[in-house]
Amino acid sequence: MSVGTEDLLKFYYYLLLTRGLEDRVAKLYRQGRILGGCYVGSGEEAISVGSACALESRDVIAPSHRDLGAHLVKGVQPKEYMAQYLGRRTGLTRGKDGNVHFGDLSRHIIGFISPMADGIPVAAGAALAFKIRREPRIAVAYFGDGASSRGDFHEGLNLAAVLTLPIVFICHNNQYAYSVPLSRQMAVPHVADRAKAYGFPTRIIDGNDVLAVYEATREAAVRARSGGGPTFIECETMRMRGHAEHDDASYVPRELLEEWRRKDPIQRFERTLREREVPEESMRAVQVRVLKEIEDAVDFAEKSPLPDAHEALEGVFAT
Amino acid sequence: MEEITYLEAIRQALWEEMDQDERVFLLGEDIGAYGGAFKITKGFLEKFGEERVIDTPLAESGFVGAAIGAALMGMRPVVEMQFADFISCAFDQIVNMAAKHHYRLREPVPMVIRAPYGGRLHAGPFHSQCPEAWFVHSPGLKVVAPSTPYDAKGLLKASIRDPNPVIYCEHKYLYRHAKGEVPSGEYVLPLGEAEVKRQGSDITLITYGAMVQQGLEAADQMSAQGIEVELVDLRTLYPLDTETILASVKKTGKTLIVHEAPQVCGIGAEIAAVIAQEAFRHLDAPVMRLTAPHTPVPFSSPLEDFYLPNAAKIASKLKDLASY
Ligand SMILES: Cc1ncc(C[n+]2csc(CCOP(=O)(O)OP(=O)(O)O)c2C)c(N)n1
Ligand SMILES: [Mg+2]
Repeated sequence: MSVGTEDLLKFYYYLLLTRGLEDRVAKLYRQGRILGGCYVGSGEEAISVGSACALESRDVIAPSHRDLGAHLVKGVQPKEYMAQYLGRRTGLTRGKDGNVHFGDLSRHIIGFISPMADGIPVAAGAALAFKIRREPRIAVAYFGDGASSRGDFHEGLNLAAVLTLPIVFICHNNQYAYSVPLSRQMAVPHVADRAKAYGFPTRIIDGNDVLAVYEATREAAVRARSGGGPTFIECETMRMRGHAEHDDASYVPRELLEEWRRKDPIQRFERTLREREVPEESMRAVQVRVLKEIEDAVDFAEKSPLPDAHEALEGVFAT
Repeated sequence: MEEITYLEAIRQALWEEMDQDERVFLLGEDIGAYGGAFKITKGFLEKFGEERVIDTPLAESGFVGAAIGAALMGMRPVVEMQFADFISCAFDQIVNMAAKHHYRLREPVPMVIRAPYGGRLHAGPFHSQCPEAWFVHSPGLKVVAPSTPYDAKGLLKASIRDPNPVIYCEHKYLYRHAKGEVPSGEYVLPLGEAEVKRQGSDITLITYGAMVQQGLEAADQMSAQGIEVELVDLRTLYPLDTETILASVKKTGKTLIVHEAPQVCGIGAEIAAVIAQEAFRHLDAPVMRLTAPHTPVPFSSPLEDFYLPNAAKIASKLKDLASY
């Protein structure tokens, strides 16, 4: 399978947009201009972008808190993301929720909630609906290494296996869950070792290589769509910042960060683009477009109205 | 006497109990080297070591179940939920295993689950909830919710020494916004006793947790208008101190119950029912409630401000009640 220049530039666009938006939000956080906490997926963009780009438009994702890239690929607009962080009515939750806690079924995104791993069985349920209705669609669940300790992870994987559901499980193994290193989270070397117990294929890939993530997800998607059942993909990566922006991550060895900084997914991909002779002007055009979209998004969000107080009462029930 | 924060009071209670009772140990996420999401257990790992300050995997049901098992074997585990919102992940272990064990087998389950709860921090629907009523509704659990550093320390020590599972609700807003004096020596406060935090003869204001501060502020405003409010701080939600509640209500004849949790089937509903049954002939006005509305906790400032009771809203309700 060869990926053409157009696709390469698409990956590049989403990688840069993800990094740029999150850097911008982190800066707003430091300036005290956003409400509440601030979570970014710096250094993990290739996982979210590469996998989401491998899906059909009607496939459903259940992202986690380091998956801005997948949201963007699915059509979330930068301005909606900024408005969400600023608690504006124009955010995807209309100010009801903050930061990365959003979603939109019209764009095939199951909204993320804080309790880690809750989205995994829910994604399995989406896949179950596709299977019952014989629709050629699949679901993708995203989660971290820490989330894989929860019962909902194990229950979701097992259910998907027993029912042969069209689903792909994508793990960001970023070596830490808040301050807890992988070695204190599990007594096996890989998250995939846990998944193996459920009886479907597992893979461990380089999560900082967007093309590797793309290829692995495509393969798993083909399998799921053709009735072959689930696949588990463990993407090895590193959480390059604190758990959230308030956390200086002083518990992470500096050498480990240095080692992973050399594997930065965006710089690596830029080298790939040059190797594949993608024109410099095309790359620059993407960079310029991204910068403009980010500034427009901040501008849009800051000019957007806050919700009115009484809107707090709206929407508890469907009508 | 020394002036400390609510957070420091909780830290001291844990430290002292661990220091004097080797059965006491801690379980939770990021409580070791990191010192906990709110830094309550900072320095504990260095002092008490890895076997008594245990960083768990991300698995609430697992570590709450493990705490129950250790308690059955005679240990005194104190579990830290990173946020009270995630206590629901361990709900089954708490309400089925811990809560019902003694009733069935007459064997105690001495353990504490610390639950950092409550809003006013722009933390949205999953880091702001007040889950106390879920547990009050489960026979076999005690539920504590202090409002001051003094109460926080004395009640946590009592919770750790109690032979039952205790859900200890510590309000996140109070961590750094409540300061007060605590004695330098050892003291323990009994569970199940409310405290009249302010005397008054006109209206009884019953509340707990972060709403005590707001209620006291409202009471001061009313006092300036010649209305004297008596504030009853529940401190323990189960067992409920109906004696103190009823004594105050019988004195004033008018009651406002305030809580930050949603109204429907909240603590206030139980208190109103007790008052209706036991003090009906003493009432000069309907028992009133001021609570959060029946919605999740919203994130954006105007929404969260609307959602949460505060001093101004309490004062306005008190005014209505005074002129009833
Ligand atoms: C059930 C539950 N418990 C605790 C938390 C608090 N918390 C939020 S993220 C996190 C660590 C998650 O680690 P991991 O799954 O590896 O994802 P990462 O943050 O590393 O991307 C914790 C403990 C939570 N959100 N949900
Ligand atoms: Mg992780």
